[in-house]
Amino acid sequence: MSIPLVPLENIPFLPMEEFTRTVTGKLRSGGRAAVFFAMPEAGAFRLVMAIAFDLEGRLEFLSTAAAGSFPSLTPELPQLHLFEREIYELTGLKPEGHPWLKPVRFTGAAARPGVAEFFRVHGSEVHEVAVGPVHAGVIEPGHFRFQCYGEKVFQLEIALGYQHRGVERRLAAGPDARGIHYAETLAGDTTAGHAWAYCETIETLCGAAVPARAQVLRAIMLELERLANHTGDLGALSGDVAYLPTASFCGRLRGDFLNMTALICGNRFGRNMFRPGGVNFDLDAALAKELKARLDAAFRDAENAVALLWETNSVVDRFDATGLLLADAARGLGLVGPVARACGIPLDTRRNFPFGPYHDFTLSASGRGDVYARAYVRWAEMQKSAQLVDAWLDALPGGPVAAECGPLRPGSAAMSLIEGWRGQICHAAVTDDAGRFRYYKVVDPSFRNWVGLAMALRNGEISDFPLCNKSFNLSYCGHDL
Amino acid sequence: MEIIKPLIQYLAVIILSPLLLGLINRVKAKFAGRRGQPLLQLYFDLYKLSYKTPVYSRTTTWLFRAGPVIGLSAILCALAALPFAGRPGFLAFDGDFIFLIYLLGLGRFFTVLAALDTGSSFEGMGASREVQFAVFSEPAFFLALAALSKATGKLSLSGMFLALEPASWQAAAPALLLLTAALFIILLAENSRVPVDDPNTHLELTMIHEVMVLDHSGPDLAYILYGAALKLWFFGALIASAVLPRHSGSWLYDGAAFLGMMAVIAAAIGTVESVMARLRMIKVQYLLMGALVFSILALLFQTGR
Repeated sequence: MSIPLVPLENIPFLPMEEFTRTVTGKLRSGGRAAVFFAMPEAGAFRLVMAIAFDLEGRLEFLSTAAAGSFPSLTPELPQLHLFEREIYELTGLKPEGHPWLKPVRFTGAAARPGVAEFFRVHGSEVHEVAVGPVHAGVIEPGHFRFQCYGEKVFQLEIALGYQHRGVERRLAAGPDARGIHYAETLAGDTTAGHAWAYCETIETLCGAAVPARAQVLRAIMLELERLANHTGDLGALSGDVAYLPTASFCGRLRGDFLNMTALICGNRFGRNMFRPGGVNFDLDAALAKELKARLDAAFRDAENAVALLWETNSVVDRFDATGLLLADAARGLGLVGPVARACGIPLDTRRNFPFGPYHDFTLSASGRGDVYARAYVRWAEMQKSAQLVDAWLDALPGGPVAAECGPLRPGSAAMSLIEGWRGQICHAAVTDDAGRFRYYKVVDPSFRNWVGLAMALRNGEISDFPLCNKSFNLSYCGHDL
Repeated sequence: MEIIKPLIQYLAVIILSPLLLGLINRVKAKFAGRRGQPLLQLYFDLYKLSYKTPVYSRTTTWLFRAGPVIGLSAILCALAALPFAGRPGFLAFDGDFIFLIYLLGLGRFFTVLAALDTGSSFEGMGASREVQFAVFSEPAFFLALAALSKATGKLSLSGMFLALEPASWQAAAPALLLLTAALFIILLAENSRVPVDDPNTHLELTMIHEVMVLDHSGPDLAYILYGAALKLWFFGALIASAVLPRHSGSWLYDGAAFLGMMAVIAAAIGTVESVMARLRMIKVQYLLMGALVFSILALLFQTGR
């Protein structure tokens, strides 16, 4: 079941007061804002929100008109804090009453990333530690500001925006031939996730039916991406606690999974596999057999390497109760992905909003929200992914691997939800009267989850930050777009 | 002739120390299924750093430049009093073990001052951790040597190890075992090895020793790296001397056995680093308290005899 097309006139258009009241009610009774943006309309703006009722697998759209300002809902509903800041930055619409209104990505000529007010804790024994944006490792830039009392962290504030490329705005100029490539590189390690979300948005808008074989091939790419990244994460977690065996094995195994991706489409990150309407590469029987053999071998090695983690007391002790994130906080902030599932929140797009070939997907979400849980959820998901890919390779549906995409339906809105390896990816598009994009919005799971990292560090030890950070492993450019 | 041999020993220590780290890295690489860096990598690094121009921040003072020099001098001095394969060092004198502890303390003090001199929050954090853990490891070290002194009835480090015989192990096995264990834990802590610190990490927030020397460069950094290698030798030699009490009288034979033991210790360190994770920062003190308790028990056993 992919999310059906919504003609723009079918999106409820409420007066501001009613919009505020309705949104508050819905978000308090099990709803989660999947996307919230301001679209220029008639000299002012139209605020559009999609609310996902995860447990029921249901989506609702709401909108209202705004000019100059709108009442901020963040004090009541913290999950909207970043969406409102983003709207403020992009449109100048001021969310009145927002408790911490500052730019998200520091766009515009005058803005300099990271140059802003930071939350401060005062006191003669409180000290501030600033980390980044240039880091010691080969990672993306981001700035972390800790307010510490000795080794204890009172507050961590994360300032991103250094990777802002304007890719969302560029996508909105489409649809065009380059769109898919921008989608593939929205967050470099989530190629399959974002490419699928982009394709599905277009397919919904033009009413194309993607053949079953293409759906399965897409899902294989998505699960291989998940396997590679989760393997890499478990290795990196192990490396961060200076436990060498798993770190070394996983470093190699991640490469094995990436190489399987390359066998299919010629690129280790899965570039050039997806296209609106289907996929660009097919699998023949010999290749399917080869992939199956490689998957079995790599997964068996991964099983051994990862088992060492749970069997080594010093590792378990290091992971256990580190970086605690309570389920209430995670729910209140609308977190997604393995991070949310490690808090016991049963949200997985593959089950709640099934797409592609995911039928009867079951998931286990359990854990107390510490590093251990986030590591273990990754391992549980790897097992699931390997099973799925294995089964799909056995029984690939026949038929073509792509369908033609016609022109987009004018004056419509479409949205796609895909469970990337980091969590729920949301793409939303609105078309104008000529069937071009009028607005395009991307929500990467990192956009939601960075604040979760800040929460997990509260009252923790500053020396635990790198480990916690790795257990979230969020994307900088996915956030900065 | 009597001055030549100690000098040759001292020279051997000065030349061979960086090899220990090469051995540790090689063992770790084997465990990880990697080929590993060259055994002589640290020598190459030291050479490379020696001809680089150091960079000094404008916010630092002479303290920042003095830190590495004093740190290296202190450990070089300490090694001169250290016995080698049961032979006294040329600086040995009664009570020298107290002098040694203070020399190491002096090196630490100036390293910490140099770190604080930068005004960097990272270095301040590292300095705070270094001092916090020294509070436990210094008394543990002191008491371990006191127990050894008590067990052998000697007041100089060279005298102690010279007096240490296989018979001493029979007579005072519990005390010697405990103090060797304490020394090994202290070695791991003082040389920023796993499980106390992670010498390989690039993550400043988790470092203890490494973060204090982040701003040093060029020859200053070479002094620090070299000093660290010498310090590792210092603690390794204490353990090697404690567990190798039999002296054949042949200088060459004893020297070879001693060097072999040093290699075994390096392999032991590499193995520890390969099979366990680092401790959580707040738990490091418990490990060091364990070393302290071992030392106290060793001293108590000897005092009661």
